[in-house]
Amino acid sequence: MKYFRMVMALFLFLSSVESLAQSPETVEMADILRRDGKIYTVVFGLVIILTILIIILVRVDRKIFRLEKQIRNKE
Amino acid sequence: MTQYRLAWWKILIVILLYYTVIGGFLLPVPRLHILNESIRMNYFHVPMWFTMMLLFTYSVWSSIQYLRTHDIKFDDRAIESVKVAFIFGGLGLLTGMLWGNATWGTFWTSDPKLNNTAIGLLIYSAYFVLRGSLEDETQRGRLSAVYNIFAFTVFIPLIYILPRMTDSLHPGNGNNPTFRLFDTSHDMKLVVYTAIISFIGLGWWLFTLFYRLRLLKKSQDEIL
Repeated sequence: MKYFRMVMALFLFLSSVESLAQSPETVEMADILRRDGKIYTVVFGLVIILTILIIILVRVDRKIFRLEKQIRNKE
Repeated sequence: MTQYRLAWWKILIVILLYYTVIGGFLLPVPRLHILNESIRMNYFHVPMWFTMMLLFTYSVWSSIQYLRTHDIKFDDRAIESVKVAFIFGGLGLLTGMLWGNATWGTFWTSDPKLNNTAIGLLIYSAYFVLRGSLEDETQRGRLSAVYNIFAFTVFIPLIYILPRMTDSLHPGNGNNPTFRLFDTSHDMKLVVYTAIISFIGLGWWLFTLFYRLRLLKKSQDEIL
């Protein structure tokens, strides 16, 4: 009887642990990708794209500013 | 202001954009079936529509101002903000198609939200046609301002009211849940709000560039 209770308690405890551990694990996410560090490749790619786009944007901004200045000086 | 300096809000937008791109990929998101990692599309798809809507609203306000004052600068602002808003609308459609392919299994369905958005953007594309077909500046300003107001008042029921009255796959329509203030996960809130602010800022920056280029072109035409 004593053993039965212990085994039962252990069984219930383990089953609850299992259910706790399992519920978030069943959804597929890019865990392995992130563990391998490959997601950083994509992030770096996007950061490069963003950087180039921002550089272009700032350059255009500056060019427009200079043209505006030229026209203001002419008037 | 003789020396070029990058305005503080432009620097802020750049920083927020970097946060959106890096945080959007690396910060934790809720683990949900079917959506999986594609939930991160929320960071990039939703801000496109926010930016588009804000610029369309600004353009219709400019059109109303033009009709009231007949100052041509309001007409210039209206056309340039519609241009930028149209670009963002197209980007929103493209990202939405990619997301739909990942979660619904198809790039396009005859869903009221999708179809009505496409119709709405086509209505706005007629705005460009109308402007291109008129030579006289004041006539073009007046007609296109009236058309812009018409397009906006059709656009709002088309994409925000009609899809909500029928069944739709798209979140936020036909009794579907969507991005809401209090039940969005905290991790997502941080990036979603940052993304919306930064992309609206980027849209505004692009609009100011387009508008200034237009003014430059006009003053050049006057000199020549």
